[in-house]
Amino acid sequence: MTEHKGVLIIGEIIEENLAAVTLELLGCGRTLADKLGERLSGLLMGSDTRPHASKAIAYGADKIYIMEDPLLEDYQSDLYLAAVEKMVRRVMPKIVLMGQTPMGRDLAPRLGFRMHAAVLMDCVELDIDTQTGRLLQVRPVYGGNARAVFTSETRPQMATVRSKAMSPLERNSSRKGDIIEIKPEIDPSAMRTKLLEKVKEEVAGIKIEDAAILVTGGRGIGGPEGFEQLEDLAGLLKGAVGATRPVVDSGWCPTSRQIGLTGKVVAPDLYIAVALSGSSQHMAGCSGAKHIVAINSDPQANIFREASFGIVGDWKKALPSFIEKVRELLKE
Amino acid sequence: MELIVCLKQILDPEAPPDSYTIDQEANRIFLPPEIAPVISTFDETALEAALRLKDTHGGRITALSMGNKFVSDVIKKALAVGADELILLEDVSFEGGDAWSTAYALAEAIKKIGRYDIIFCGRQAADWDSGLVGAGIAELLGLPSVTLAKKVDITDKTVTVERVAGDGFEIVKVPIPCLITVSNELGELRLVRLKGVRRAEKIQPTVWKPEDIGADPSRIGSRGRLTTLHKLFKPVKETQCEIIEGEDVAEAAVNLTLRLREAKLL
Ligand SMILES: Cc1cc2nc3c(=O)[nH]c(=O)nc-3n(C[C@H](O)[C@H](O)[C@H](O)COP(=O)(O)OP(=O)(O)OC[C@H]3O[C@@H](n4cnc5c(N)ncnc54)[C@H](O)[C@@H]3O)c2cc1C
Repeated sequence: MTEHKGVLIIGEIIEENLAAVTLELLGCGRTLADKLGERLSGLLMGSDTRPHASKAIAYGADKIYIMEDPLLEDYQSDLYLAAVEKMVRRVMPKIVLMGQTPMGRDLAPRLGFRMHAAVLMDCVELDIDTQTGRLLQVRPVYGGNARAVFTSETRPQMATVRSKAMSPLERNSSRKGDIIEIKPEIDPSAMRTKLLEKVKEEVAGIKIEDAAILVTGGRGIGGPEGFEQLEDLAGLLKGAVGATRPVVDSGWCPTSRQIGLTGKVVAPDLYIAVALSGSSQHMAGCSGAKHIVAINSDPQANIFREASFGIVGDWKKALPSFIEKVRELLKE
Repeated sequence: MELIVCLKQILDPEAPPDSYTIDQEANRIFLPPEIAPVISTFDETALEAALRLKDTHGGRITALSMGNKFVSDVIKKALAVGADELILLEDVSFEGGDAWSTAYALAEAIKKIGRYDIIFCGRQAADWDSGLVGAGIAELLGLPSVTLAKKVDITDKTVTVERVAGDGFEIVKVPIPCLITVSNELGELRLVRLKGVRRAEKIQPTVWKPEDIGADPSRIGSRGRLTTLHKLFKPVKETQCEIIEGEDVAEAAVNLTLRLREAKLL
């Protein structure tokens, strides 16, 4: 049996850029590889991947494999599964990491079952056990009400990693690494599940995952009209508006605004939480915020256990004067 | 059309965070007994997806659940909203498993059921939040799959799925038989009606033991695990919230902006 060695990350190119989570995977993969005294490699698929491969090296990889084929331009379950399986069997890494993204959520479980190797999803901490050399995988469970430390009994040890849970390294363009082209040898007839079209729900302004300031509204806002006030505030602060799940489920905001376990993960400097209770599943998406400010009429609401500043009261009374004063302060 | 929906009975995931307690020795999590278990939210949505297909195309829905200590009122909800049959894999030896042992047992049960066009699962169980079992069943049965569905339609033998993805959705086609995992965007499970409750009363769930599905004892429950759980704990929170006061809420809001400015956050 061949020995498993090194760390392999499966990267993603989104809108002609290496995904933020891929840079985070490279950062954490680098740390793990160094602890093992082994190498960090990565896989990029699509077309025109070379510039991204160089960038991935600058962010920590020793070796980037590229697989180019027009059919790999977008994520296609069956084709990606075949390509990644082939890569993993060839590299025989100790550890395989992917992002907890729409791709990772689909691909990692299938890859795990196909290779009879356990995968732990949505990890927020990864470390090497110094005694056994095994990968310690920490993931929130019960909607974030608890955390669990796992190890896998199979090889390779596979995990998906939550966005913004890990930090990328500083870019170092003088880092040296190899770029190796692999023929994907795609068999289009293997494609049973077929992506036909991607429909974008355009959101005006800054994307919530990129905003330094977020104003997030919950069910207590009561309807879509209230969100106009949140938009005003976000506009003043050059931030964006986020939402909890009930808000999205009620159609007051598009799905792309949902923050939480089953929505997006954000880590702004300032998170203004208005009329939301601070459920564990919501906090799963924003607990990385540097400062949380809460406005809620219920002093017992869980959000006050998460926030550093808060006011207890009706948002309808609080927000107009808050917005007015912010406008005044920003003029000074 | 033959539809199978996999359901899991779980602790109520929306119970208040401080009502959870952890037994550190056993690595288990508990809720007080007065908080009743529920069907995992996304599994309910999966059931709704199947019911909508049945509404338009007809067919049969088999609800399938693995566990131990089922609460009859909870799990029989599947029948009350319109599932035609309920199969329970109920045995102590199914306990203590992970996604690998669970997907194996469910896949063996589905083989025994034999006929299926679409198998529905929730996008993830709302307790362990992994989202592995659906993909596992598909892989073990050699079926194509689509995850994170928010809309499911079928024409001829092709299923069209809208799949939640980032800033929008994808339109994906897949032939039957296939497995689809469903996300909350599809919409909530319909309400239980009295007629449905009466109907459910007349249907006895079928209980299958490991031998009934020909399961390899080394692949189910805790013996079939591929992962080890070392520690389960509550994350510690250190934040102290500073409540900003004022004559009234409006003034408190003004004071809050001043405090934020002082803290250099505005
Ligand atoms: C598996 C799973 C995954 C989930 N994923 C997510 C997710 O990704 N994101 C997410 O957000 N949720 C998610 N949820 C749902 C989550 O459990 C909560 O139900 C949800 O976050 C609650 O949203 P909320 O805070 O807006 O509503 P509520 O909990 O109803 O809170 C509303 C708050 O508004 C306050 N309020 C009401 N009126 C006013 C007023 N006039 N002025 C001031 N305050 C007022 C109330 O005091 C209350 O605290 C998930 C649930 C499960 C089970």
